[in-house]
Amino acid sequence: MSQTKVVSSQWPQVETGRVVLINSGKDEGKLAAVVQIIDHKRALVDSPHIERQEISLSHVSLTQQVITKLPRAARSGVVKKYWAEASVDDKTASTTWAKKRASREKKRQLTDFERFKVMVLKKQRRFEVRKAVAKARKASS
Amino acid sequence: MFVPEIFPDPRKAVTSQVLVSRLPALANLGILNFRQSAFNTSNHHQRLPSTTSVTNPLQVLISKMGRLQEYQVIGRKLPSETDETPRLYRMRIFAPNDVVAKSRFWYFLKKLRKVKKSAGEIISLNVIHEKRPLKVKNFGIWVRYDSRSGTHNMYKEYRELSRTDAVHSLYQDLAARHRARFRSIHILKVAEIEKSADVKRPYIKQLLTPNLKFPLPHRAPVGVGKKIFLAKRPNTFS
Repeated sequence: MSQTKVVSSQWPQVETGRVVLINSGKDEGKLAAVVQIIDHKRALVDSPHIERQEISLSHVSLTQQVITKLPRAARSGVVKKYWAEASVDDKTASTTWAKKRASREKKRQLTDFERFKVMVLKKQRRFEVRKAVAKARKASS
Repeated sequence: MFVPEIFPDPRKAVTSQVLVSRLPALANLGILNFRQSAFNTSNHHQRLPSTTSVTNPLQVLISKMGRLQEYQVIGRKLPSETDETPRLYRMRIFAPNDVVAKSRFWYFLKKLRKVKKSAGEIISLNVIHEKRPLKVKNFGIWVRYDSRSGTHNMYKEYRELSRTDAVHSLYQDLAARHRARFRSIHILKVAEIEKSADVKRPYIKQLLTPNLKFPLPHRAPVGVGKKIFLAKRPNTFS
């Protein structure tokens, strides 16, 4: 009989140093690190971008990043130091997730004329692509 | 005696003596009796001007406080021919506003001493603010509560950032578990548990595990339930 290996799921966990994205409220869209767990629903978060605060875990998304060395209940200055050391902002900016969010945000900011320009550019791209496809098809047949 | 003195409250040292220790349960409301020589002036038959230093309600809103505030209320019986310098009584009261705080002060004092509002006065009312509102603390709260069939004493623990938050979650907790209303709950004592070894309740103990970590499984993303039909099945992973 073959052996089945059971592997536990790789869910991001709530832990000290976990980088989270705040999804609602004043600091929506900002990053913070879990400094201390209050209970199963709340944590104390802090980062250079926000004020240190208690936050409900239902208002955050856990990212894949953890500042592993961050001591529990570290003060704001310490958090800032570790935040810079782990270059959290740069690492986050390079993820696909952050890029998608940035482009979505940019799209939302566009004016009517800019949206029109996007449409025209998309049309041009489509035209070029189709031209190339037709050419390739003709050559192969 | 119901309330064990495990957690000495450092603020009690401020006032001179605890005289109501014969009434153990309500002694821990923070009722302290003391005579103040400052009031031994010649015209003590007059009512003292009460010094209320309650912050502006707008400020309270801005400071993101919870529903409750902690008040220090000091009151006394009105001076008379027989007693020119009545004892002062001090209580620390959790209430949504200063009106309720004063009312609760008289409610508790009537139960403990032969002093009532019509023959007494409130000398000062202050808001006690949390010293470190950004530090996670464990609180032990001693409660007396009237259920539909009797009176019960309780000790419960809460993990919060401030005393007022802890008391607020206590009211919510008792409302949920016992359908108890504000009027049927007496807070006897609120104390911070400084050593984690002193934490008694398993529901708080489990949060004190070193290197605590846990996942957040099966979460519904924001907006689920708002639309009846979705093009994509929602992802419930974190």
